[in-house]
Amino acid sequence: MNALLIRGGRIIDPSGDVDCAGNILIAEEKIVGLVDETAAADEVIDATGKIVCPGLIDIHASLREPGNDEDETIASGTAAALAGGFTSVACLPDTSPVVDNRAAAEFVVLQAERAGHCHVFPLGSVTIDHAGEELAEIGQLVDGGAVGFVDGKQPIANAEIMRRALEYARMFKRTILNSPQVPELARDGVMHEGYYSTLLGLRGIPAAAEDIMVGRDLALAELTHGHLHLMCVSTMNSVELIRRAKARGISVTASVTPHHISLNDAFLETFDANYKVQPPLRSPEHIDALIEGLRDGTIDVISSDHQPYASEKEDRELNLVPFGIVGLETLLPICVRSLIEPGHLDWPGLISRLTVKPAGVLGLDKGTLKPGADADVTIIDPGVEWTIDPTQFRSKGRNTPFGGWEVKGRADTVIVSGQVRYRAGS
Amino acid sequence: MNSVTDEPAGASGRWTKKHLLGLQDLNAAEISLILDQAGDFKRRADAGETKLTALSGTVVANLFFEPSTRTRTSFSLAAKRLSADTVDFSSAGSSLTKGETFVDTARNIEAMGVSQVVVRHGTPGTPHLLAKRLNASVLNAGDGPREHPTQALLDIFTIRERRGTLKGLTVTLVGDILHSRVARSNIWGLTKLGARVIVCGPSTLIPPRIEELGVEVSHSLDDVLEETDCINLLRIQFERQRSAFFPSIREYAHLFGMTGERVRRAKQDVLILAPGPINRGVELTPEVADGNHSVILDQVTNGLMIRMACLYLLHKTGQP
Repeated sequence: MNALLIRGGRIIDPSGDVDCAGNILIAEEKIVGLVDETAAADEVIDATGKIVCPGLIDIHASLREPGNDEDETIASGTAAALAGGFTSVACLPDTSPVVDNRAAAEFVVLQAERAGHCHVFPLGSVTIDHAGEELAEIGQLVDGGAVGFVDGKQPIANAEIMRRALEYARMFKRTILNSPQVPELARDGVMHEGYYSTLLGLRGIPAAAEDIMVGRDLALAELTHGHLHLMCVSTMNSVELIRRAKARGISVTASVTPHHISLNDAFLETFDANYKVQPPLRSPEHIDALIEGLRDGTIDVISSDHQPYASEKEDRELNLVPFGIVGLETLLPICVRSLIEPGHLDWPGLISRLTVKPAGVLGLDKGTLKPGADADVTIIDPGVEWTIDPTQFRSKGRNTPFGGWEVKGRADTVIVSGQVRYRAGS
Repeated sequence: MNSVTDEPAGASGRWTKKHLLGLQDLNAAEISLILDQAGDFKRRADAGETKLTALSGTVVANLFFEPSTRTRTSFSLAAKRLSADTVDFSSAGSSLTKGETFVDTARNIEAMGVSQVVVRHGTPGTPHLLAKRLNASVLNAGDGPREHPTQALLDIFTIRERRGTLKGLTVTLVGDILHSRVARSNIWGLTKLGARVIVCGPSTLIPPRIEELGVEVSHSLDDVLEETDCINLLRIQFERQRSAFFPSIREYAHLFGMTGERVRRAKQDVLILAPGPINRGVELTPEVADGNHSVILDQVTNGLMIRMACLYLLHKTGQP
């Protein structure tokens, strides 16, 4: 038996309402439980002044392999995840080819095992080749390891397909994730439609493009009793629609990204491609609504929506630059700055949205420090001050708007299945 | 040949900017400085001094990633009038030529000893991208629907030439405001010089919250006709419209077209401007285009002077 004792930290486990000073013992890849500091162990980690919590879980990140390893590989993406404090990542199927069949899902699992960083759970494609026309073999994909279904960053435009997907996936107890946005209202859009799109002459994407599809998806979730997860919500009406749907008992969850709550559409004035994301950065009144939604539980999860791109794809005219930024390595400090420091969430509140709640969205048996659980543990140094330097990223993607930001808080030690896989500064 | 070495007549300040990306970035004194310089060049041209040596030995590159006839020709001639050598690069549509990116194309052309780059592109912010990546001065000749500073400067110059000042004048910009870089640059320039600006067009072609740029909004040309001193008829940008913004050209012309009948109801001394290329019979009838209120051809002449002034002033800031 190889026992590891994490001693003297502030243990926060929202799955069991735990927030106390204590010591955690790990053995045989499992959590043994809270123990006395004198418990016998082969190895001891001193967590004094640090937070000890379940390993963080990201439910949608693009890892780009197979097909686009100039942007990212499963090895580089999972190394980035570890450095960000994540022990589990669910990866989008928007690879080339698309993960719309069992073999592709199994390839992702295999590459993750070869990399040996963190757990990777493939998300399967809802439709063949993300074309939005025919359902992929969802049952076969489940056998191959797919934990949820999504057409990458592409909205499922056809309501009939969305309905059937929710109905069919329910049979396998799997969630359908969607990026809600009506394509015809968003076509050729680059940024939020509002004052700044008028000022800059950039084509706008109105908030209504999202509101409409959120409304549609909620109606379909009610109709089908399938589980719906709305990715990257960005508008105040979305938050209100989801809030009301939850009150009526509809099975829906939602996520938001750190960049949508920390940056707004005014940043596009720089014409910097790192502010071009999908959905677009919105105006401050939307951001206030997103934060309120996070506070009251309308929005369940914070996800990086990691979208790495090689630098040559970024050094282009704004309309040609792809949407999206990397996020795995910056999520935690940006959440500290945008949510904890202003007092919107406390540490247990933030950690629940990064552990037990995302695990719940995908039905993963993760995100807890209860005895017998998988020993995925993240130790966070909440006070360490550092400067975000994209050249130091483990991710191959350097496309971040946060380069140069002075931030606080980062993952100190990350334990996956009982093994220390990451230590800050090493 | 005469060389231009003196400070421009009537200049109140000194030009210090390296790039001309838009009128949003300029203050009233800087705008006036360009107008005064253009006026100086125009007086010299009228006196027969058409060829100057100010830019002798320098190279001006015209990079046009969107179709253009008059702006490109005007910049090219302006550079030649100042004795610069010119290189022209045109690529309609895509920025990619043989797989090369827009930035690489610009850097390659810059490597031929170019000190000023005139760029037109369909995407807002591309001049800013070049300004970051090149050593040369960058002149924006139109970036998508964002800004077209020299066009607005020549519009303003033309008005000032006729009226002496912009202060207190009401200028109405008519038509497709949503897709118009000419509108945005005019709004910045006119409001900074003290004019009152009305934007007038179909509700589908007026972008949200444009009032916050300091303009009034109207959807009826007939309503604002009598209070307008200058009418600038913007071209309908069919190429930028992704879907139907109005039911038919006939209906547009009926509601917003400048006809002889409308001119007769306008102020007696109303000026009619159009940035061109005009769609005759849509934005204005031939009778109006060629009528005595029209200053359309003056605009073209003045455009040359404005572009000479911009090239000249940017060249001077590039000097040690």
